[in-house]
Amino acid sequence: MNAYVTIKALTRVFDVSKPWLNRILERRGKALLTAVSNVDFQIEERTTYALVGESGSGKSTIGRMLVGLLDPSEGDVQVDGVNLATEADAAKVAKVRSHIQMIFQDPYASLNPRWRVRDIIAEPVASKGGETEGLAERLLEQVGLHPSDAGKFPHEFSGGQRQRICIARALASEPRLIVCDEPTSALDVSVQAQVLNLMSDLKEELGLTYLLITHDLTVVRHMADRIGVLYLGRLVEEADPQSLFDAPKHPYTQMLLDAAPRMDGFGREVPPPQGEIPDPIDPPSGCAFHPRCPIAEDICRQERPEMKALGKGRVACHLAR
Amino acid sequence: MTTPVLSIRNLSVEIPTRQGIVKPVDGVSYDISEGEILGVVGESGAGKSMAGNAVIGLLNAPAHISGGEIWLNGVRIDPLKGEEMRKLRGKEIGMIFQDPLTSLNPLLTVGDQLAETMLTHLPISRKEAAERAVAALEEVGIPGAAERIDSYPHEFSGGMRQRVVIALALCAEPSLVIADEPTTALDVSVQAQIISLLKRLCRERGTAVMLITHDMGVIAEAADRVAVMYAGRLAELGNVRDVLTQPRHPYTHGLMASTPLASEGQKRLHQIPGAMPRLQHMPNGCAFHPRCPKVQKRCSHDPLPPMAEGRAACWSPLLAEAVE
Repeated sequence: MNAYVTIKALTRVFDVSKPWLNRILERRGKALLTAVSNVDFQIEERTTYALVGESGSGKSTIGRMLVGLLDPSEGDVQVDGVNLATEADAAKVAKVRSHIQMIFQDPYASLNPRWRVRDIIAEPVASKGGETEGLAERLLEQVGLHPSDAGKFPHEFSGGQRQRICIARALASEPRLIVCDEPTSALDVSVQAQVLNLMSDLKEELGLTYLLITHDLTVVRHMADRIGVLYLGRLVEEADPQSLFDAPKHPYTQMLLDAAPRMDGFGREVPPPQGEIPDPIDPPSGCAFHPRCPIAEDICRQERPEMKALGKGRVACHLAR
Repeated sequence: MTTPVLSIRNLSVEIPTRQGIVKPVDGVSYDISEGEILGVVGESGAGKSMAGNAVIGLLNAPAHISGGEIWLNGVRIDPLKGEEMRKLRGKEIGMIFQDPLTSLNPLLTVGDQLAETMLTHLPISRKEAAERAVAALEEVGIPGAAERIDSYPHEFSGGMRQRVVIALALCAEPSLVIADEPTTALDVSVQAQIISLLKRLCRERGTAVMLITHDMGVIAEAADRVAVMYAGRLAELGNVRDVLTQPRHPYTHGLMASTPLASEGQKRLHQIPGAMPRLQHMPNGCAFHPRCPKVQKRCSHDPLPPMAEGRAACWSPLLAEAVE
């Protein structure tokens, strides 16, 4: 197996300062928000890599940098051996980019209400001047809808059906990598199952690679081949689902798994996690998790832990054994 | 048997539309006792929020209660109108909505909002109300309550805002709290905090809670009893452990099986074919029959069998076979 996507020391900083006049009058400096900080990981071909984390953990920002909706502040995104930020040959970059597609969370907002489904699905191909005859019909059938649906408008479909249309559109340009940003968060449980099954089937049939971005641990456990856990823009742990769920190494991962509601947790009384995610503009020193960590020591307050190999995965914690 | 705090009998809600009358809630009955958490679970469009809104009198016209009765502490409240209902709301029934930002007034400090609610419903002085407001914030676990009492809602984080909403819902000491998806907009770790808070406060005060959610995990951990709704009707009602581990209604069974957790180690998730019927095109007989794996001839035309505690509204319930 070789790595299809390699992300190296990826960092993204947003300038969230007030306008310059306010800064002068209020005597304040610039405010910089580090959404993603020094993240490294690789996605192997034909696998599903899941990024999990709570809101503000930077998971969507990483996805957006991978598809090119945002530029990295520092670090590299390499897809299929091509460095998307530094590669000089524009044709090479364009070719790799055409192999990357994205599915968004809200199927109500990501389809143009004034376009027919046929035009929506064929657009990625049509915009490059490709042949679109019968394409939408074929793809609709592939995602479990009826070919005659091509003439309808998005409002005629339910949430689950719309997400299928989004998937069909993503498939139109024959991608190899699909970034799925919370693909089922807006859907009901029974519909979520249909969409997840469809995604698994397509992965098998077409040899797709997925980057799955979600906060739902149950979905991750079912879908992922490898999981990266993010906290405040930093990757804190990476492992395969079995090791991660059975023996989480990082205290944050442990906290997250304990806090997730369980179907068999009847009347479960566990002390809920303490505190909240800190302000990303002014993150804690050392390990970002130390103010909430039950086992934090002095070193955690001073030094940021590096990612180190441990067991079958990697973990960024001074005290993980 | 003591009187239940809330008793809903055969409640129906109708909305007249151009295509005819639709029934988002159709013949629903359940009780909630003191100190009990009833989970109301269902997918979008199941009518679970609509039933909650009917109880607190927040149906938007043209939706209206078309049948049935709602009893609160032995008093029938569904015929109440305008001012009478307004007095009851807030005093006897507290409401927690999904989005904490839209349920707080952005132009008033949280202290003013708490004091206003208490002054409206409780016979106390302005000074007392201000003191109680601080105590209420402390009780829901907001650190530095005395200083934060003069903060505006936007100065709080999502989890803290939801705590303020809970304080607001409970400050007039209602006997019933309706929590409509209280944690759906929150992160996992904050969700655990809020659920644990809600459980603790209701146990301490003996408040009855209607917990409306689509998350089976939340139901399992928080609720004592559960009502499963489908297409405006009650599919199953019973003790939470019984319903979730041994569902009787094929819909409950399908719903449980399609959660990724239940199919651990399997490649494919169990899926229920199709989608919830639209209200304008409600099937005859059992609303679930077009999607049901155990459908029989009578399901498509006979009215549903009567519902009772620990039973399913189904002609071929799953558990009955095992018993007989």
